[in-house]
Amino acid sequence: MQYKMKLTDEQLGILRGEKGETMAKVLKTLVLFGDVFGAEKLVPVTHKQGHLVTSFGIGLLKPLFRTMDELIAAGLKAEGGFTVDPRPIDYENVKCNVLNKLVFSKIMYSMQKEYEAQLAKVGLRDADAFSCTCYLPETGNIPKKGDVLSWAESSAVVYANSVLGARCNRNSGMLDLFGSIVGFVPYFGLLTDEGRKASWKVVVKTSRKPEAQVLGSAIGMKVVEDVPYVYGLDKFLGNEVTDDVAAYLKDFGAATASNGAVGLYHIDGLTPEAKESGEALILPDAKTYVIDDAELERVYRSYPVMWKNPDAKAKLCFIGCPHLTFAQLTEWTKAICAELDKAGRKKVAVRTVLCAAPGVAKKFKATPLYGLLTATGATLTSICPLMYTNNPLTKSTPIATNSNKLRTYSVARYYKDADILRVIAGEEGKR
Amino acid sequence: MKTFKGRVIAGGNWEGEAVVSRAGVNTLATFQKSAMANKPEVIVSDQNNPDLFGKNITGKALCLPVTIGSTTGGLVIQTACAMKIEPACFLFSKHIDSLAASGIVLAKVWEGSNVIAIDLLGDEFLETVKTGDRLRVEEDGTVTVL
Repeated sequence: MQYKMKLTDEQLGILRGEKGETMAKVLKTLVLFGDVFGAEKLVPVTHKQGHLVTSFGIGLLKPLFRTMDELIAAGLKAEGGFTVDPRPIDYENVKCNVLNKLVFSKIMYSMQKEYEAQLAKVGLRDADAFSCTCYLPETGNIPKKGDVLSWAESSAVVYANSVLGARCNRNSGMLDLFGSIVGFVPYFGLLTDEGRKASWKVVVKTSRKPEAQVLGSAIGMKVVEDVPYVYGLDKFLGNEVTDDVAAYLKDFGAATASNGAVGLYHIDGLTPEAKESGEALILPDAKTYVIDDAELERVYRSYPVMWKNPDAKAKLCFIGCPHLTFAQLTEWTKAICAELDKAGRKKVAVRTVLCAAPGVAKKFKATPLYGLLTATGATLTSICPLMYTNNPLTKSTPIATNSNKLRTYSVARYYKDADILRVIAGEEGKR
Repeated sequence: MKTFKGRVIAGGNWEGEAVVSRAGVNTLATFQKSAMANKPEVIVSDQNNPDLFGKNITGKALCLPVTIGSTTGGLVIQTACAMKIEPACFLFSKHIDSLAASGIVLAKVWEGSNVIAIDLLGDEFLETVKTGDRLRVEEDGTVTVL
């Protein structure tokens, strides 16, 4: 077979089958994929710990399980190990009725147990490695600036590229694992200096700090898969990536990646490459997008309400997509308690589920705040709310969320942070 | 009769019916319901895509700008090909996106699929072709709206 990219003798040997037929197929997949995008070569993955998007044993993905079996039979695994997106099910903290449980366990995620066993054999780091926020210190899969990654999960990729300055393309499930196994990825797109240049100048002119999820959504919808260079946000966020700023950028980035297909953004005066190179990152013919209060409101108002009855009251509320940081979990707990207090309530009016990585949840459970949170009736889980809403039976439940990603991929309704607190306290529409 | 020339991602000769989406196709939402129910054909279940919703795309030429949505998209295309319920051709007006490209490559290498994929057919292609049109696709990336 003719390949377009330049390959080393070692890589050609692998393709000829010198490390087995399965390894040859793994590399062939990456080479053909790179050829589609004009990749000139393969480059080594320098941050060896991978991150996989496919964490769910969804019965329909039969080729996934077959491919995993083939990798295991050939003795192949990701030598650096990997983290993976959240699990889909946690009946203890996200309660379901019998019918829902039946659909989740017997139909949708019928292969969960078997799939997790497969993941363990090909390099899953440990039982706490299930989170979309693998880059947080509590999960600890943290690349350095300039590292080349073989990750998937759009929100993790955009964070790693933008906030950490690592280099990773928006990979699909399976190719994330293949790159981690073979140790090479195709060199194109966001791995290259040229591919990291901005073709959009975004000027934030809002009167106050914009809601991260709405700002990210506006930018994602406008630039789609291009790289934006954002001015005016450092005025609200400062010039250092503190814990609060990292949380803001996490949510902002997830919205750019899900409402569009952004894999990298630069924030003037804040993110590492913008601090280092500034406007040299902007392409000469870059387009401009100005965002003021009115534009943000326009974008927010454009979100359709997909509930069967748009006038219904929410019956379930998810906060934490992507998973909350420890600081966010702390702040949300305090805010929920304060809002309930203001409304004269002890318990949440709507079933409320907060989502965070297993390591974050464990740390939080050791604090007195966890008792305060559970006393309100809210629960803490480490599942992926998106995978919960994949269950067709949940489509008849009016679900509220402050996640633009969850809104995009489900029929959940988006609320701004302050508004969702009122929903939780049963005060929606009362003030 | 109008002819367009694209870039061959996975080549082949084919003639049949077009199904057209003007907006990006959410792969998971499109295939999920039929694939999970083990149906012999894909009846598109993506309510957010009025061009495709409720239509049968199996064995037809799916004409689209790009795919969008979950990064499981590539695996879903591979799965559809493994189940033999995939469109016969994916005809992209724009540059193929990374998720669809992954799916086509995974289907070729791991499933031995004959699925055809051509990209860079241009905006005019999507403006011209309509659902129900007959198309002829050639090995060299030529697509003719008959």
